[in-house]
Amino acid sequence: MVANQMSNSRFPLVSHFSSPHQQVEASKLGMWLFLATEILLFGGLFVFYGVYHYLHPELFKAAHRFLNVELGAFNTVVLLFSSLTVALAIHAIQQNKRKWVIINLSLTIVCACIFLVVKYFEYTHKFHQGLLPGYYFRNATVPDPDQAQVFFSIYFMMTGLHGIHVVIGMIVLGWLLIRVIRGEFNSQYYVPIELGGLYWHLVDVIWIFLFPLLYLIR
Amino acid sequence: MSHTIESIEFESSIEQENAEPNYLTASKGLKSWMFTLDHKRIGLMYLISIFTFFFVAGIFALLVRTELWRPTKLLMEAKTYNQFFTLHGAIMVFLVIVPGIPASLGNFALPLQLGAKDVAFPRLNLTSYYIYVIGAFFALFAIINGAIDTGWTFYAPYSLNTGGSVILMVTAVFILGFSSIFTGLNFIVTVHKLRAPGMTWFRMPLFVWGMYATSIIQVMATPVLAITLALLAIERGLGIGIFDPILGGDPVLFQHFFWFYSHPAVYIMILPGMAIISELITTFSQKKIFGYRLIAFSSIAIAVISFLVWGHHMFVSGQSELAGMVFSALTFLVAVPSGIKIFNWISTMHKGSISLKTPMLWALSFLFLFSIGGLTGVFLAVLSIDVHLHDTYFVVAHFHYVMVGGTMMAFVGGIYYWWPKMTGKMYSEKWGAIAAILVFLGFNLTFFVQFLMGSHGMPRRYYNYLEQFRTMHQFSTVGSYLLGFGFFLVLLNLLHSVARGERAPANPWHALTLDFTQTSSPVIEHNFHHQPTVHTGPYEYGE
Repeated sequence: MVANQMSNSRFPLVSHFSSPHQQVEASKLGMWLFLATEILLFGGLFVFYGVYHYLHPELFKAAHRFLNVELGAFNTVVLLFSSLTVALAIHAIQQNKRKWVIINLSLTIVCACIFLVVKYFEYTHKFHQGLLPGYYFRNATVPDPDQAQVFFSIYFMMTGLHGIHVVIGMIVLGWLLIRVIRGEFNSQYYVPIELGGLYWHLVDVIWIFLFPLLYLIR
Repeated sequence: MSHTIESIEFESSIEQENAEPNYLTASKGLKSWMFTLDHKRIGLMYLISIFTFFFVAGIFALLVRTELWRPTKLLMEAKTYNQFFTLHGAIMVFLVIVPGIPASLGNFALPLQLGAKDVAFPRLNLTSYYIYVIGAFFALFAIINGAIDTGWTFYAPYSLNTGGSVILMVTAVFILGFSSIFTGLNFIVTVHKLRAPGMTWFRMPLFVWGMYATSIIQVMATPVLAITLALLAIERGLGIGIFDPILGGDPVLFQHFFWFYSHPAVYIMILPGMAIISELITTFSQKKIFGYRLIAFSSIAIAVISFLVWGHHMFVSGQSELAGMVFSALTFLVAVPSGIKIFNWISTMHKGSISLKTPMLWALSFLFLFSIGGLTGVFLAVLSIDVHLHDTYFVVAHFHYVMVGGTMMAFVGGIYYWWPKMTGKMYSEKWGAIAAILVFLGFNLTFFVQFLMGSHGMPRRYYNYLEQFRTMHQFSTVGSYLLGFGFFLVLLNLLHSVARGERAPANPWHALTLDFTQTSSPVIEHNFHHQPTVHTGPYEYGE
């Protein structure tokens, strides 16, 4: 669907749609439905968390102290900021300010990288401490190690799946950035950027829930 | 008064059929099929794949039934037997009946019935198909690599400890789940955004309502299966301790997770079948459907309530009595909308001009067999009865009555119904009737006796059994061969029609929906010559 720079309409209409409006509305509805499926996917993990936190509250409180709240909070701020930059990118394309779209999309991707780098340090720190999922758990300082490993399994599964989605988001945003540079979008056609932005907001929102549940247990 | 058309040169449609290529001939060559974006071609490819797996899984069923001819070993060891019934179940559920009607007939007919040129996202549609094929390859690879023997339900802790390629198989199912999600997503957006001008929600054919309700379930429930299987695989690989009691986990938690998807999944299986029946009953009674809104809303009601009843698979799992009672009550509730449909269909037939063409024979089979299947579901919903019947052949009979007697009958009826649109040919009514009767007889012979066995205590999935069940098992085995032969006749009948059948007219059944009134047989590539507009409901017979 490359925008035809030569046509009068600057909107690349696909043949089975009868109008640009219909095409845009359909794309957005499709994306929202997809986001709903992602929420349900993570939902299973939140239930896993909920069940085991309910069954072992003290253990969760003790085990979570091994997580670094400062790094988690920093990552939260980074992601929130990245949601802002992607929203600014959309605002910019609505006004045909291509330079600012490129800057803001790039900033968003940089934030995603920072997030992943911080996660890398968190993960390697855990590996050194032996705080690994399941069979690989090797830490005696945690109270009740046999049970405690469940907390770390949950931690790795939830942040791991979230991390995979951050990577997917980066790829999507990167591809959008390339298309912006190629001049495929304009103030009349920027739906893919909106859809990518929506996806990125979801990735952010999931982290907003993950962070307190894992890092801020009182 | 049919759907009023704005401008169509219908009189010259015969000339157009001769002159104009249809969707099958519009472009040629393997690549034009492999990279097609045409919903009709994609639907046809799905149909061929799905029926291939139907016959494969059917052969596993015949092997299982053959082994059960005798109370002790006949052909195979116990472990092989376990693998065969697992494969029968897993292939039938994930490769045949869940994608089933939506991916094949849904893809083909839904845009036509809506007056649309295609689904909302044709590229996603093709992607869905390839995801299905990749999932199927993974499943085949898992089977070859070390067939699993867990049953299609993968219960922990056995699935965590048994040999065989559990992780590969659940990966296959995980992948197939995405095919299902994307199909559902595509249909929801298509129904919301691509209806023909003038087609309000309550002027849509009921087939569309049924597919819409199915799509809601596909989109909402399948991700939960995905995460459940991911957790199962990771527990097997890393020992995270969610389901395995030795590691501090809870095996009943697996059942909750698994059935949270798999119960709504059975409504993914039946709702499309019911959707087809609405079309068949009204067309072959040439009468306006009775209670259009009730049928439409009952589909949505089934979709919603289906999420609330998963615990009825777990009455004896150790869940609390209170949970059992609540799930039992909600399960009674979910039967009500299905019952409403049955009565509405029967009322539609009353004083209708009934035509016993082959699709109608399958629809009538559905009414009879699904009623039995659905009713026995309500029996199983009664806690005190389920305690005795859980994990017996009674349950096996119940779900085969609804899945085969229900969904498969509707599926085959739908294939015969839309066959003229898909192929431009008419099949032999004589052989269609013979096959339908053989399937009906074979089905009942196979499965009715299983209700009896189950209520006398014959457990399911058992390789050996007590002597007192021998005769009943033998009836069932003979029935299964007759059933298989009947389906084989269906296949022959349809394939023969492609080679030698008469050319089909545009509207052989005098239906009033856009898929028959506004299209040629076979359908042209872009579906319609001119965008249809709609001014009335879809079933205004005799008005």
